[in-house]
Amino acid sequence: MDLKLRVWRQKNSTATGAFEEIDAPGISPEMSFLEMFDVINDRLTAEGREPIAFDHDCREGICGSCSMMINGRAHGPSEGTATCQLHMRKFSDGDQITVEPWRARAFPILRDLVVDRSAFDRIVEAGGYISAPTGSAPDANLILVPKEAADSAMDAAACIGCGACVAACPNGAANLFTAAKVAHLNLLPQGQPERYTRVVNMVEVMESFFGSCTNHGECEKACPKEISIDFIALLNRDYVKAQFKNRKLTGQKK
Amino acid sequence: MSITLDAKIPAGPIEDKWTQHKFDVKLVNPANKRRYEVIVVGSGLAGAAAAATLGELGYNVKLFTFHDSPRRAHSIAAQGGINAAKNYQNDGDSIYRLFYDTVKGGDYRAREGNVYRLAEISVNIIDQCVAQGVPFAREYGGLLDNRSFGGAQVSRTFYARGQTGQQLLLGAYQALARQVHLGNVELHARTEMLDLVVHEGKAAGIVTRNLITGEIRSWSAHAVALCTGGYGNVFYLSTNAKASNVTAAWRAHKRGALMANPCYTQIHPTCIPRSDDFQSKLTLMSESLRNDGRVWVPERADDTRTPDQIPDSERDYFLERRYPAFGNLVPRDIASRAAKREVDAGRGVGPMKNGVYLDFGDAISRLGHDVVEERYSNLFEMYERITDEDPYQVPMRIYPAVHYTMGGLWVDYNLMSNVPGLYVLGEANFSDHGANRLGASALMQGLADGYFVLPSTISDYLAPQLGTTPLGTDEPVFKAAEAEVHDNTNRLLKAKGTRTVDDFHRDLGNIMWDNCGMARSKESLGQALREIPALREEFYKDVRVLGENESVNQSLEKAGRVADFLEFGELLCLDALTREESCGGHFRTEHQTEEGEALRDDDDFSHVAAWEFTGVDTAPELHKEQLEFEYVHLAQRNYK
Repeated sequence: MDLKLRVWRQKNSTATGAFEEIDAPGISPEMSFLEMFDVINDRLTAEGREPIAFDHDCREGICGSCSMMINGRAHGPSEGTATCQLHMRKFSDGDQITVEPWRARAFPILRDLVVDRSAFDRIVEAGGYISAPTGSAPDANLILVPKEAADSAMDAAACIGCGACVAACPNGAANLFTAAKVAHLNLLPQGQPERYTRVVNMVEVMESFFGSCTNHGECEKACPKEISIDFIALLNRDYVKAQFKNRKLTGQKK
Repeated sequence: MSITLDAKIPAGPIEDKWTQHKFDVKLVNPANKRRYEVIVVGSGLAGAAAAATLGELGYNVKLFTFHDSPRRAHSIAAQGGINAAKNYQNDGDSIYRLFYDTVKGGDYRAREGNVYRLAEISVNIIDQCVAQGVPFAREYGGLLDNRSFGGAQVSRTFYARGQTGQQLLLGAYQALARQVHLGNVELHARTEMLDLVVHEGKAAGIVTRNLITGEIRSWSAHAVALCTGGYGNVFYLSTNAKASNVTAAWRAHKRGALMANPCYTQIHPTCIPRSDDFQSKLTLMSESLRNDGRVWVPERADDTRTPDQIPDSERDYFLERRYPAFGNLVPRDIASRAAKREVDAGRGVGPMKNGVYLDFGDAISRLGHDVVEERYSNLFEMYERITDEDPYQVPMRIYPAVHYTMGGLWVDYNLMSNVPGLYVLGEANFSDHGANRLGASALMQGLADGYFVLPSTISDYLAPQLGTTPLGTDEPVFKAAEAEVHDNTNRLLKAKGTRTVDDFHRDLGNIMWDNCGMARSKESLGQALREIPALREEFYKDVRVLGENESVNQSLEKAGRVADFLEFGELLCLDALTREESCGGHFRTEHQTEEGEALRDDDDFSHVAAWEFTGVDTAPELHKEQLEFEYVHLAQRNYK
């Protein structure tokens, strides 16, 4: 296939960026989208032009590194698919493909298609865990977890932290990411003791970086792991409940 | 340098060694732990678990990862599960059985003491992970579910759909995030270790490059723990992530740490076959699929019929035929070689005739579509996305690919290398899997090392250093190491040749795979040992790395890693040439039984081969650690 690419090029976080038009002739439909980028980068290098910087690693849709807006859609046209698992057979000969980095104020561009997603780590650090120091655990089968709870927790825990939800959201909100982590832990018996402090702490940090959710639902559509927006409802419910239930905070000095 | 390899295996009965050892090690009292600095490099299962646990204990930890977040480490991609000797299924499992299976599965090339400890700790790992909220698969009563894996006749594998590695890594990452929040761990993301600093024979710190700004700087500590994974990408095409590399381990090796058994590489039998020349990596299909999938090829060579046109009587279920007791669940090395034999004989399937079928037809008729879907849906989806074929309708095509590396830096029972103060954990060390790793044991080892072993052994080294401060990073030894890193970087940028880094990496991969892959011979290894140094010379003359050091430069990152692979690959082949026997993942065509099985030589090769670096173009020196077997009876592995 012969394709034309328009790719966002930007030297660093302070430089002004611009689209660059790059011809991409002779692309095999069997290639993955990132293998197409490998080929383009080799060609650019041969011509003495600097290759395009992009985040990627596992190339099997689980590490969450890859992050490209392809024709305005996070991770491109295939639903439930990360950029690394998108194949060129989804495109047609002669297509023009526009590739941009994640667009969100909380994800500054570092170079070309590489952005800084460390705000996600800050959200998890605020409470996205169960405090269980190594060595303190009881026998694993002493904690009974109903299968339905384990399955739902797993559905939420499947989040790969790629940031597509934020990139797709018109508000640049990170509610789906945060909700997925909150739900994973709050649905399990082990997560109950910290349930309400967790949700409050994580939401507060989330709001210090990201925009607010107004229920557009773009996040669910863009999510390569098809994480349900229902988890945002659970997040909101637990957040409201926390205002009443959080005995530790009520009437106490911080 | 005169080196004596002392594994420091504690004396006494095997079931008491670890408990006794924990009693015998020197301790650091809780109030004094904050007076120590520890560097952890790598944030996979071993690194994240170690950093989190050391932080919980009260040590000052600095964690370095080249990823943008610790959660991206390649442990995340492990699919099938994690072994533990819980015997929840009441099928006769025990710590002793897991120990025995692991030593046997490793073709009797692992240390008994280490492996027993691993089996012993396995039960604590599951407890720990459940307490953290890892969503393992459950039975309807709320109890944990298990599945079986290759090389075992019990069901001892715990799993979280096909994403067990992801869930375990997230558990460790979350524990780590808690320690970062508490200020016990300082996180340095997008920061790559490029050298180890050794002062007066002890590990004193590391030199890193900031991957955003290019800043090269030093960090010092009382101890350094490398948790930097395996070296499978020396083959270019592997199931490893693109950035997985040998750099941290190799540069520690160049500073004196011994590299042990590099020739022990695992070829995983169930990967999606290569489809074209642009292929950038190979994708694993979990071994758990072999629980229900049946492996076969057409009986006739060059059979062009589609699989549904080939009747059962004209199919060869070669694993079931050759290994009736274990069937499709023979260990990985055996399954891989069996598949290669069929493909080499012209019975391969698929457009490039480079695969064998893994067929779920029988499982679907026996269990129903829904049960198969519940067990494997995410794997089936992944397969379909890559190949455009639906495994519910058409059998999967699979072929072996480089997956895991059992070799690594030499460590003693405390996980300390021969360089005092340098610890090595997880896949980066050589210790527990012998010549072949059983499925679902990598996650077990990474977490055992990180959560339980290092946190218990490191105090033995640290305690006598109470009151000392780490060497200042303005000392000459750090400045000299920084200067070397600068020189290496400049050398790559200034080559200004004509070929890309990937181009050289692919060439190296071809040399390695053709000559040192699933089958190795004196002749092929000699060929590789001639070609690799020549390619390395060519690399420094003709590599083209554009851009500069002072910004994000992914070509420069890759070039440094490939440069190290070009040195390391030679050592791997030399080790393979020197080990004149076949064992586990190391198969020398000269050494096989009449039936084509691996033929060990226990009289001459029942040892760990630990190599000492003497220079890039000079021969390394071999040190041997003899393996003693008191409990396990050495035999030819029999899975028939």
